[in-house]
Amino acid sequence: MSILLDEDTTFIVQGITGREAVSLTRECLDYGSKIVGGVTPGRKGREVHGVPVFDTVAQLVEHNDGVTPTGSVVTVPPAFTKDAVFEALEHGIKTVVVVTERIPRRDVGQMVELADLHGARIIGPNCLGLIVPGVAKMGGIGGPAKNAEQAYQPGSVGVMSRSGGMTTEISSTLTAAGLGVSTAVSIGGDAIIGSTYAELMPYFEADEQTEAIVIYTEPGGRMEAQLAEWVAENDSRLPIVAFMAGRFMDDDEMQGMAFGHAGTIVEGKEDSAAEKIARLEEAGIPVVERIDGIPDAVKEKLGPEAPA
Amino acid sequence: MRFFEYESRRLIEEAGIPVTKYGFATTSEEARDIAADIAGPTVIKSQVLTGGRMKAGGVKFADTPDEAMEHAADILELEISGHTPRGVLVDPKAEIEQEYYASVVWDGTARRPMMLFSDMGGIDIEEVAETHPDHVGRQHYSNLHPVSGFLAKQCIASTGVTGKELTGLVPILTSLAQLFVDRDMTLAEINPIARLADGSFVALDAHMEMEDEAKPRQKEILTELGIAEEDNREGYEPSEFELNVAAIDAADHRGVIQGKDTGFHGNIGLVIGAGGGSLTLTDAVRSQGGHPANYSEIGGNPSVAKAQGLAKEVLSKDGVEKIAVMMSIVSNTRVDIVARGVIKACLDLGKDPGETIAIFRIPGAWEEEGFKILDSYGIEYCDRSVSMHEAARRAVENIQGVAEPKAEGA
Repeated sequence: MSILLDEDTTFIVQGITGREAVSLTRECLDYGSKIVGGVTPGRKGREVHGVPVFDTVAQLVEHNDGVTPTGSVVTVPPAFTKDAVFEALEHGIKTVVVVTERIPRRDVGQMVELADLHGARIIGPNCLGLIVPGVAKMGGIGGPAKNAEQAYQPGSVGVMSRSGGMTTEISSTLTAAGLGVSTAVSIGGDAIIGSTYAELMPYFEADEQTEAIVIYTEPGGRMEAQLAEWVAENDSRLPIVAFMAGRFMDDDEMQGMAFGHAGTIVEGKEDSAAEKIARLEEAGIPVVERIDGIPDAVKEKLGPEAPA
Repeated sequence: MRFFEYESRRLIEEAGIPVTKYGFATTSEEARDIAADIAGPTVIKSQVLTGGRMKAGGVKFADTPDEAMEHAADILELEISGHTPRGVLVDPKAEIEQEYYASVVWDGTARRPMMLFSDMGGIDIEEVAETHPDHVGRQHYSNLHPVSGFLAKQCIASTGVTGKELTGLVPILTSLAQLFVDRDMTLAEINPIARLADGSFVALDAHMEMEDEAKPRQKEILTELGIAEEDNREGYEPSEFELNVAAIDAADHRGVIQGKDTGFHGNIGLVIGAGGGSLTLTDAVRSQGGHPANYSEIGGNPSVAKAQGLAKEVLSKDGVEKIAVMMSIVSNTRVDIVARGVIKACLDLGKDPGETIAIFRIPGAWEEEGFKILDSYGIEYCDRSVSMHEAARRAVENIQGVAEPKAEGA
């Protein structure tokens, strides 16, 4: 199986007529995803790669015989993202992937709080979405279907990453090593995101296909500490392997400088790479030094029955 | 974006929080006039975007306007941790009965703002939290509901404060929580709030930081404070390299490039990407004993000109003879376009691309086309079967002559 997305999942694309959204729609359809409609205000009646476009989510649901789709991929400009996410949530959409970057935290906080009230889940913002290899993808993750196929083959490892590009690099490494990927989630690079590692762990825990977890992490925030706490409090069956990028930011000369993602800025003692590595290792999560060291670390955790 | 103290005071004043009759001066004469207006002992405070002002001699006390002028003249000349003061703040010297601490920050795990209060103000809050945890109150509040005063009351009362102190402080913390939301702050801190002899409360210092992403919608207040759009308030002066790369990026909307070299002193020119890939590759180069000359990021499918511009800037840096062009697997950036760009950069500078590009490792979309072009210039490249760390090792070996893998944690 998989988490959050499977062969029956229907979803919509909000902001579907935007340049990036058009190519994302093409990629997802080619990969086998079921996109039932798109929304862009003022563009009702158009089609994007055969997908009907509506002014509102309400019109889309009505056209869909009154059935609310399961998910939405939101890719609208930052100033309008919160409203688009609210529209999706108020209509009962349960999985909202927010691709847009540079959204102020206040808006993200409001989206997540409303999602909680509706029992819905937000992935992102500033993410590439998620992919279930060989089944479907929601978002630009992996790129065009043929590229996605090359990097992502079905397998036993769940991947969560704060970097969209590194989700693919890691999954490609796992694929090449014969382990493959169950579901890969680009969780987003911002300081405040809808779904953290610890919050997605129960989903992977419940997914029979997943036998191990790989996370990509960076300095900044306390998401890794939260995962370490989750591991300590829950008797998880899933071994976890971590990779930490941005160790160079621990240098004195780099203090207070922002690199990469908005969330990657060291603001306190707990934020540094060294501190996070210590915390993860204390929780029994090995932090490997190299991307190409990930498959062996996973196999070691899985024991002798692991695939070659 | 961090605000100066005089701006932060304006912000809390507008939010209805009581402040002193302070003034901001950029010359010592102005400082004297403000002190004369105050007509009493004053405090002269350097306006810099860094801590440790008191220790560095950036805060002085004066009994007369002339003394205030002298101190202001000194402080205006005094550099603190590499920062030249924007001006001085002239504040009436208050007769303080007690000091309190109040702030609002983001709790990223709870994804809600959190009020912090202590009745032990004036000192470092982290220290108070460690030594006197029962004197620090914490209170989350909703992103969706209006800010309610009772939450501020709970926060303050949890430290044992009661009576007129409690009722006097609640409106201040409530207003601060509202300001935090209204102004898209990432930090809103008043330390200290002072209780004066007459029982009234007044903010004696303020530290505010606004989220950069929110600057477009906070334009009105930024304009009112006289803050120019290009005033980015970085904690350091951007280098020429950084300014040049930013200018190249701004000139063309296709794709994104970023470059940094502050803090980097090596000879390995890096043309790398994307966000997470750059962090990984910088670590990888260093773990092989390599010394990066810079940090960069390429993303979102830049034009040939943009990739060319970035590579040219990197190659123009002192001590950089060669570049390593490396990225994690790309899906929406075209490999052939980046290849064309970096080759053009070499040719522009009269350099042989085959000699100058130590390694090219960008797997992904349009890679076959890219590899063909690289082949024709004799450039060493590799596909995804060569790991990011192995590519980094080859780059270090090629440029520094020898790679020296470092042990754990290097």
